Amino acid sequence: MNGMAQQRGWWLLIAPAFLLMVAFYVAPILQVLAISFTEPELGFGNYERLFTNMSVQRVIITTLRICAITTVLALILGYALSYTIALAAPRAQVWWLMTVLVPLWISVLVRAFAWVTLLRRQGLVNTWLTSAGIVEQPLELVWNEFGIIVGMVHYMVPFAVLPMLSSMREIDPRLLAAARGMGAGRGLAFRSIFLPLSLPGVIAAGVLVFIFSLGFYITPAILGGGKTLMVAEWIGLQILDLIRWGLGTMMATMLVVAILVTLAVFSRVLDLRRLFGSGA
Amino acid sequence: MSTSGHALALDGLTKRYGSFTAVDNVSLRVESGEFLTLLGPSGSGKTTILMAVAGFVAPSAGTVLLDGRDITPLPPEKRDFGMVFQGYALFPHMNVAENVGFPLRVRGLSRADRDAKVRAALDLVQLGQFTDRLPKQLSGGQQQRVALARALVFDPNLLLLDEPLSALDKKLRAELQEELKALHQRVGRTFLNVTHDQEEALSLSDRIAILNHGKLIQAGAPAALYERPATRFVADFLGKSNFLSGTVSEASGAMMVVAAGATRITQALPEGAARPAPGASVLLSLRPEKIAVLGEQDSADNVVTGTIAGWSYLGAGYSLRVAVPDLGEIRAVLSAWRAPIAPRDGLAIRLGWSADAAVPVAEDAA
Repeated sequence: MNGMAQQRGWWLLIAPAFLLMVAFYVAPILQVLAISFTEPELGFGNYERLFTNMSVQRVIITTLRICAITTVLALILGYALSYTIALAAPRAQVWWLMTVLVPLWISVLVRAFAWVTLLRRQGLVNTWLTSAGIVEQPLELVWNEFGIIVGMVHYMVPFAVLPMLSSMREIDPRLLAAARGMGAGRGLAFRSIFLPLSLPGVIAAGVLVFIFSLGFYITPAILGGGKTLMVAEWIGLQILDLIRWGLGTMMATMLVVAILVTLAVFSRVLDLRRLFGSGA
Repeated sequence: MSTSGHALALDGLTKRYGSFTAVDNVSLRVESGEFLTLLGPSGSGKTTILMAVAGFVAPSAGTVLLDGRDITPLPPEKRDFGMVFQGYALFPHMNVAENVGFPLRVRGLSRADRDAKVRAALDLVQLGQFTDRLPKQLSGGQQQRVALARALVFDPNLLLLDEPLSALDKKLRAELQEELKALHQRVGRTFLNVTHDQEEALSLSDRIAILNHGKLIQAGAPAALYERPATRFVADFLGKSNFLSGTVSEASGAMMVVAAGATRITQALPEGAARPAPGASVLLSLRPEKIAVLGEQDSADNVVTGTIAGWSYLGAGYSLRVAVPDLGEIRAVLSAWRAPIAPRDGLAIRLGWSADAAVPVAEDAA
């Protein structure tokens, strides 16, 4: 068999998967793109709304703000967790990782409702706060931005931990010992050695969490109680309830573009293939 | 750099991990300006001792004294010891100058003072032109020198070296051994080195401390340890040795006769050694290079005959394994230049050694 024929053989092998992707993934996205330019009439009308329509702008700004806050909080919590895990004994590491990963196996829906039960006016947190006399009136902890952020951070922490942990594990612990041997206290050794060396992992985790947060649907829908709208829920509202296909698909296209742009920017800074786990 | 070293003393140093004793009651002095090597197989506790001196391991018992002052409770950053780690532990995100300047930055030196000292330290290890390189752009030998410069740049009380040459290939290792020795003489500081490489220990050190199973077995100058090993372990670990065991059949003056089966070995008593009573069992350590392959007419204090059981050619000479009745297999070396015999398997040869060639050693404590 010559090389050319062999190569054609390989292409035939991946052809079913390739066709499946085109049929069920690429084609609908192209269609979404097409609808955004054709409904209700041909042209850039839907995209004009980005600059003219207050409610469209508000949704975008709310989404960006919530995603930014979520990313920062998930990074801070995740960094502390990763640091603890990376420096723990191997046996303890297994248990720590389990605790971080187990929530991932629980349905998003279940977790969102669990937060509602905890945070609502008669929920556990408010009951405890009022009975302990810390607050007089129950706090508004859910069906607002605060509730959304709590739920999203909870969901995102494992995704923040994994890339950071893998970059922290590559740091030779002897470097910290060396820094201390040279007269640096624990704090200085951390700031000048560990932190800069773990930074690639932090950036990777930040990109991952931010992109993930942009398209969040269930958690904001349940914990936002319909009052605080994020992009995904807004798209759903336009298409399913208001039957404004053009506006909904325009926003969906913007979401895809935003994600691709973020990835493109950061792929210049860091190795995306490593971030998503392929290659050595 | 000034030429003042500090003296270090370990007093009853012990480290236990659960029921395992890594370091067992080790007392040792390192004199000011001395190059002392802790030598032992892996698991002998040598690295644990070094880490206890550096402050990374808290001893279970005993003290570490610097110039007579107890420093056992001090954290590593307060000890002012330079350290070269195994694998060097260079900071990968800092260039050579930043790596070497790190200890000075920590100490709050001004930029100008720092630059001058970094340059001096890099010149000391002949790396002056590499200041802007990252560690990964350097060869193993260069990385090793950066680690040395970084450990010496802040005029430390003591320089600790953890297997400093183990990551290098053989030829480079020999080269850096000489450099390290010259560096020690130039800076005149106290060096405490850890290695499992006996050649490195012999060639570098003023004194060697041999450890096994966490215990200090023997300490002394390299030649003294090589010529007068106290125990079988020391004789075996430092260089190669044959062991001849037998019982004393007579002892008089500075001589004794040891019977090993039907073979009689004439053995001089080393200076200062107690004369054993007849009937006592003795173990003799006999270095291969002190055994001569005798020609027909040659004679020696001890002469045995045996047959060659195996041999290998090493360039400068032959290494022979000779089966000798009563004594078992004896290793001998034979210079290849004008060798009196051509080795081949099964050849009968005569071996001879003088009465002072072997030394009595103690069996190892269990």
